[in-house]
Amino acid sequence: MNGAPVFENTYDVAVVGAGPAGLAAGATAAKAGLTTIVLDENPAPGGQIYRAITTTPVRREEILGEDYWDGQKLIQEFQSSGAQLVSGATVWSISRALEINVSQGGQTHLINARWIILATGAQERPFPIPGWTLPGVMTAGGAQTLLKASGLVPSGRVILAGTGPLLWLLAAQILRAGGDITAILDTTPLENYVRALRQLPGFLLSPYFAKGLRLLTEVRRKTRVIKGVTKLEAQGKDKLAEVLFATGSQPATRMAADLLLLHQGVVPNVNLAMSIGIDHRWDELQLCWVPVLDQYGNSSVPGIAIAGDGAGISGALAAAERGRLAAYAAVKALKPEALSHLPAEQILLQALAKAQAGRAFLDTLYQPPKHFRIPEKNETLVCRCEEVTAGQIREMVALGCEGPNQLKSFLRCGMGPCQGRLCGLTATEMIAAERNVSPQQVGYYRLRPPIKPIQLAEIAAMPQSETAVKAVVRG
Amino acid sequence: MFRRLPETSAATVTVSIDGADVQVRAGDTVAAALLAAGVHPYRASTVSGAPRAPYCMMGVCFECLVTVDGVGNRQGCLIPVREGMRIETQHGKREAHR
Amino acid sequence: MIPSFKEYDIAVVGGGLVGAAIGYGLARLGQRVALLDDSDAAIRASRANFALVWVQSKGFGYTPYAHWTVRSSNSWADFSALLREETGLDTAFQRPGGFHLALSEEELERRAAYIDQLQSQSPDFPYRVEILDRSKVASMLPEIGPDVVGGSYCELDGHCNSLRLYRVLLKATAKYGGKYLASHRVEAITYKNRAFRLSTSAGEVHAGKVVLAAGNANMRLAPMVGLEAPMRPERGQIMVTERVMPFLRHPVVTIRQTDEGTVMIGDSKEEGTTPDGLNLSISAVMASRAIRMFPLLGRLNVVRMWAGVRVMTADGFPIYDQSETCPGAFVACCHSGVTLAANHALTLAPMIAAGRLDAEVVGAFSARRFHVSKAA
Repeated sequence: MNGAPVFENTYDVAVVGAGPAGLAAGATAAKAGLTTIVLDENPAPGGQIYRAITTTPVRREEILGEDYWDGQKLIQEFQSSGAQLVSGATVWSISRALEINVSQGGQTHLINARWIILATGAQERPFPIPGWTLPGVMTAGGAQTLLKASGLVPSGRVILAGTGPLLWLLAAQILRAGGDITAILDTTPLENYVRALRQLPGFLLSPYFAKGLRLLTEVRRKTRVIKGVTKLEAQGKDKLAEVLFATGSQPATRMAADLLLLHQGVVPNVNLAMSIGIDHRWDELQLCWVPVLDQYGNSSVPGIAIAGDGAGISGALAAAERGRLAAYAAVKALKPEALSHLPAEQILLQALAKAQAGRAFLDTLYQPPKHFRIPEKNETLVCRCEEVTAGQIREMVALGCEGPNQLKSFLRCGMGPCQGRLCGLTATEMIAAERNVSPQQVGYYRLRPPIKPIQLAEIAAMPQSETAVKAVVRG
Repeated sequence: MFRRLPETSAATVTVSIDGADVQVRAGDTVAAALLAAGVHPYRASTVSGAPRAPYCMMGVCFECLVTVDGVGNRQGCLIPVREGMRIETQHGKREAHR
Repeated sequence: MIPSFKEYDIAVVGGGLVGAAIGYGLARLGQRVALLDDSDAAIRASRANFALVWVQSKGFGYTPYAHWTVRSSNSWADFSALLREETGLDTAFQRPGGFHLALSEEELERRAAYIDQLQSQSPDFPYRVEILDRSKVASMLPEIGPDVVGGSYCELDGHCNSLRLYRVLLKATAKYGGKYLASHRVEAITYKNRAFRLSTSAGEVHAGKVVLAAGNANMRLAPMVGLEAPMRPERGQIMVTERVMPFLRHPVVTIRQTDEGTVMIGDSKEEGTTPDGLNLSISAVMASRAIRMFPLLGRLNVVRMWAGVRVMTADGFPIYDQSETCPGAFVACCHSGVTLAANHALTLAPMIAAGRLDAEVVGAFSARRFHVSKAA
């Protein structure tokens, strides 16, 4: 893209995020004839699952696998739809009046929209083990990004640890690419297998079953897998040197390591939605906050819908279907005569249901255990940015602190630049556990714009009304 | 920690990392380039000075903060490298004029 | 079913900085104290403030307030040392002197006239504010921008880490057996048999005495115990940057660098009684003025913005009162919960423990003054 992007003053539909949901939503809205802009913070479209799909140096298709390359269809659909994509654009504020402040090229632009679809996707669930802040400890997703976008593959003494489909997918991709994996430490609780049995029949019919089984078999053939890991620590002086782990009630073992890749599922990235005041609820199965939405993805704020994993973790195929449904609702509201260009609502709903089949099994099997969501050792950092420990949080709760916002005031937990993304779930669950109440009751940090840090100079350059001046400049 | 797949393109750009000129792969983000170059320590935390390095590579964790072309606290994982870019690692709090 | 309740010597209604300072002061005197606080998501001035321990401008139109403020400012260092001894934690109190900066000749003239009028209020006005020209300001604040024409300076101005103060007060109160009861929002208070029954969202609490320190909510609560607290809440916005190496030693009334290195930028005075929603136009004005005052701020990233609701009495000066119809009930509200924390803990709390506010010290702050001026 040459030159600065042109932002119109108003669009029919503005989509935030160019992952599968955002691409599908943008393409659908544009094809119906609505003026559509998709704003994405990354240098290129694809979100996380299809990261670097237009630029990846990993051309041997068998390395990243067919599920990845499927994304090309979505990119093509988007590129031929007429929707405008702006990359490197960070949306930092959205008002209930559907005004969007987006920072691009060091400048903030104000965009009005008649409809907004948030497709900001998911992030890795925090995995607060002792030593998780050491250099050499990264998320599985981070390693996957390095592979997809840069052709960098883990090498040396590499340990993968955690639970969830992404862990196995990454393991397969690394091994296919010729990378090194010393061991996979599987933290899936053994009792989850029993609990998931009930969901098995539904899962057997889903597309994930055969794929998942093949993946597991492939990885198990090529590398050492240790199941039932109940204890995990990263150790080292100024970088990772060893991983300490134990299974069941066995004594702990140490394994030398250069790289530890952690993963225990993904959770919706809620900061933008919550900063607008969109209602959320705690999901007891997925153990995270999910927005309260209707069947189209419309939220509690009129004119704002959420699509993709940000609506609830369901994977890439479901994300695209949710994107199409959200756009369908936008077209229905803004230009109903164009609905004839789109698949029927029933078709879209059925496609979504099909893509979500088997989800309950995966969610149950891979539900991360409590001792890895809530650190047991008091010295373990919960808030990485402000270096707040589990022990400090327990101490404040014992003093009577009942919620994450008071906690934030007392300990600065959640006040750093990541704005609670890596500590919020842990803080809420810790308080809930200490008080013996539900996370729903405890609540979450009160989030406000900017949902990403923004230069003061950019804020200063925004319009200043006369009343605003009067409110500030006084005696 | 990482090695480059052989099929990865060899096109490079020259950037400076803490004052020294380095060839990095065109298309890498600043964070990826620093990791590939084995830069350690990548960063020192602003609270205790503890060593830190990129964790999530997707703009969520803010561990990848670097100074780019004299502007501090940029998320390295979101910025593609560019010919002539000045990259400086950060140790502790941001400096007042940078 | 036998109703269960908890019983205390004193129930302090409001678990913010005013309540916490008074509660600490009472607890260390051996009183069994309960601090009744609202829910986690409640509107709290104590989470939104600018953390100044400020003297300059205080008491404009009411000299007793200037005296009360200076007293607290002068007690703050000892107060801070005492709290550090009690808890091992430092409130980071500093009193390097503070500024009010002018970005035009007209602003400077207005400020000079204000200060002149302020200091002429009484022959023994308790503090001095100097008007400084640009070069003098620049010698003390080397980073100021070219638009700064001068400012007013008071050597008694300072700041602290107010969130740490809040945490420290709770910790110290707990050390003396005081109880912090969150989610105990007080709905009603009745006075019966020389004691108080408070019905809260989490059950009943009984206490021999009650101190209303609930900020703007005092307006609703005060009449329940034969007191009054006319309030006019006022909204304001603040923003804060990432951590920066120290560059600003002296707090400016709208810009200060915290002990953590973050830079706080304020503030506005708006219509509105909730902290919901952010007016970004106001943020823009605050940001551009801040950059004009200190150009280096421009490139810093703002990490958080918030709006708060100031606790404002009808005339802006504190209200301290004790009830005649319900002896044992007190009310305490003020705008400057940080500045006055030392007074609240070390001067006001002992009066409350003894059962009587000393008219010589705080008589000027009784709500009776609102009727006097109405009659006049």
